[in-house]
Formats: sequence, structure tokens, C-alpha cells
Amino acid sequence: MPAPLDPSPKFAEYARPERLVSTAWLAEQIAAGTTDLVVVESDEDVLLYETGHIPGAVKVDWHTDLLHPVVRDYLDGAGFAALLGSRGIGRDTTVVLYGDKNNWWAAYSAWVFTLFGHEDVRLLDGGRNLWVAEGRELTTDVPAPTAADYPVVERDDVTYRAFKEDVLAHLGHGPLVDIRSPQEYTGERLHIPDYPEEGVLRGGHIPSARNVPWATAVAEDGTYKPRAELEAIYRDGGLGLRPDDDVITYCRIGERSSHTWFALRHLLGLPNVRNYDGSWTEWGNAVRVPIATGPDPS
Amino acid sequence: MSVDEVGGVLGEIRDEFLAVGERERLQLLLELSRELPELPERYAASPALLERVEECQSPVRAFAEVEADGVHFYATAPQEAPTTRGFASILAQGLTGLTPEQVLAVPDDYPMMLGLARAVSPLRLGGMAGMLGRAKRQVREQLAEGA
Repeated sequence: MPAPLDPSPKFAEYARPERLVSTAWLAEQIAAGTTDLVVVESDEDVLLYETGHIPGAVKVDWHTDLLHPVVRDYLDGAGFAALLGSRGIGRDTTVVLYGDKNNWWAAYSAWVFTLFGHEDVRLLDGGRNLWVAEGRELTTDVPAPTAADYPVVERDDVTYRAFKEDVLAHLGHGPLVDIRSPQEYTGERLHIPDYPEEGVLRGGHIPSARNVPWATAVAEDGTYKPRAELEAIYRDGGLGLRPDDDVITYCRIGERSSHTWFALRHLLGLPNVRNYDGSWTEWGNAVRVPIATGPDPS
Repeated sequence: MSVDEVGGVLGEIRDEFLAVGERERLQLLLELSRELPELPERYAASPALLERVEECQSPVRAFAEVEADGVHFYATAPQEAPTTRGFASILAQGLTGLTPEQVLAVPDDYPMMLGLARAVSPLRLGGMAGMLGRAKRQVREQLAEGA
């Protein structure tokens, strides 16, 4: 039985209001002891959860838990079942994800959960930063959830995930949204400054991709902008995306673009949005794929 | 300098990491993150030392100074970046007090010797390598200025 919805008027305007929850709502649910709701922290910083987290929250580390240990891919159905089961999450459990860096990795985890068809995945609007900024409770107590029986589900790599071959076939047929900083987009910079080894051999962007940095979608406090503002950015008057468009988002490794994928898919309700998780670390190193440089899309 | 030849505090820290299992290594890094010293007063009020990195949102700054009693390594990183603070703390404890020549002799891949490659992700270790590289460059520049 899913947890109740957050009735915030801001969320009611989104295409899928059930995909976001507010910090106030979450605090209420925790206080009320709502059952079959599991809060999951997913951070870029592997140690942040240990310094303090939302009471009752379990940790899912994107790098050690969600990725295959050898191949550049995600864990398989059996691995996902074991992971979620160990965190006390059943197939019908409401999952509320939150994390650092404006929910980049929380959105990434939400996207991976979606590949496995987990139905009730929500993001805490504003993420960890907002929870902390509001002075809400943190604890270092690590919960020991009762293991749940999670079914083995085959990952769907078609509906919401794009591979390099899909992007090549997509060129000239549908819009691409590049989520990186303008300097990465033009090719002036090969990597973001603190992550030198994620550098690539070629700079620039996928031809025809339009550059809308991820931060465009959020307000000062890290919460998603209201629907009307998102419409102005991504739909008419902005990127011009239409409901019948087949859209692909990408960034460097797929985490920032998951944040935008979430906005396009759930908040604006575009039905066909795929995230290209290979992103620029794959494209900029691939042999003989087309690349555009400079501020223009093509 | 080979892996086995890293001595002093850096060698001790490496040995502590390698002596325990992977989960405990993260706990050790967390403990080290709590030991990162505050910046000295003369730097604490220098906003120019804080470098804003637009994409990662963490104002991280690390720098080395050659002083009469040897090298000092200073770093600042926000509380919400404990991994970065842990790596900075290792360097603050391991580099401070060394001679400039000893700092320059620290292997560039020291971060890879801590047995954290699977627990922390290579990109974070690259960040620590970046801090070490920056410290070495600054030591080199100060030696050149003083020459």
C-alpha cells in the first residue's frame, strides 16, 4: 500500500505530482511512523550518510551498489532484488530518495530504480541540502531493516535508457538535451575541474544537442522550479520540446542528466525521454562519432 | 620511490588502511575527515582561497606552503564533503613537516595505494591526486621563488 501523496499545491501542477515530496511532508510521515515507506539517501560523497542522515533512512551508494563491479553497466535483476530486499524495500514499497549535490545522485538512483520498473519512486524536493538548511533532524543511527522479499525483475534498457547506437540512430530525428556547463558544451573544457580523470579525448557536444545546464531547472534552494517556469525553459518559448518528441538527455556520466530526465518525464510529463548514461565520457572517447564544437548545436 | 618506500606519516596511514577490510577503510577515512585542521586565522578570512567550482558546488581549496620548519599543507572543504575532507586530512597530516624535497618525492599515485579503489570510486581518488599534484606544484614554485 503506497504512502499518501504530498498535497502541496506546487506539486499538484506537475504532470505527475506523486513523484515529489516536500521536506515538511517527509518529516510528518516519519513522525507518524508511516509504514511501507523507505527513505533512501544516495550521495556523490560515499561518506556523507555516515556523518548524519534523515532518521530511518538507508543508504544506497551509486558507485558500489548500483554499478556493475567490472562492466560499465548497472547491476542485474538478481543484484537489484538483493540490494532492495536488504534495505527492507518490497516491490510495492514507497521509496523517497534524497541526496547531496542537489539530488544529482538521488535522481540518478531514481532513474536506475525506474529501469527496474519500481513503481513508487519519489524525490525529496530540495534534497539533503534543504533538509539540513531547515534545521531538520539528522541522526547517525543506522537502521537495521528487516529483509524484504524483492522479486527478480529484468531491467528495461529500452524505454528510458539510450545507448551510443541509439543516439547515432537518433541524430536528425529527435532533440538532444546536453546538461553540462556551457564550457563543456562548446568544447573549451574537457572535464569539470575537480574530476580530471573523467576527462575525454575530444571536447564538444553531440551534433544538434541544445545546451541547458541542469541548474536551470532548480530554484536557489535546490527545489525544482514551478511547472510554468519549467515549461518556459523546455517547452514553447524555450527548447520547444513537444509531447510527441523522442528526447534524449546526456551529460558526463549520466547523473546530472538524470536530474533533467526526471523533470522532463515526471514534472512536464513528456512520455518519451531517454537518458544516455554513456554520456560524454563515452561519446568524447569513441572512435569516429560526429562531434560539434562551439556554441551552435550543429 | 616505490610503494614500499613511502615512509613517515604517509606510510603509516597507508599501512593502517591496508591492515583493515574495505568497510573499515571507509570508517578510517571518516575519522580522518574529522581531524582536518581548521585553516589558520590568517587564511580563514581570505575568500580568494575558496575556489568556486560551478558544477560540483563544493568550494574546495588546498595549498602547500614552504616555511622555515618545512612544508605545511592547508585545505578547506565543506562539512558535506567528508570524503574530500578525509583525503585533505591525510595530506595535511602526511605532508606537513616534510622537507620540500620529500614532498616532491611522494609518489603521484599515493592515493591509489590506500586500497580504496573499489570503495570510493576512481574519480574521488583522482581528486586526491589532484590535491597532491597541486601541493607539489606550489612547493616547486616557492622553491623557484626562493632560489
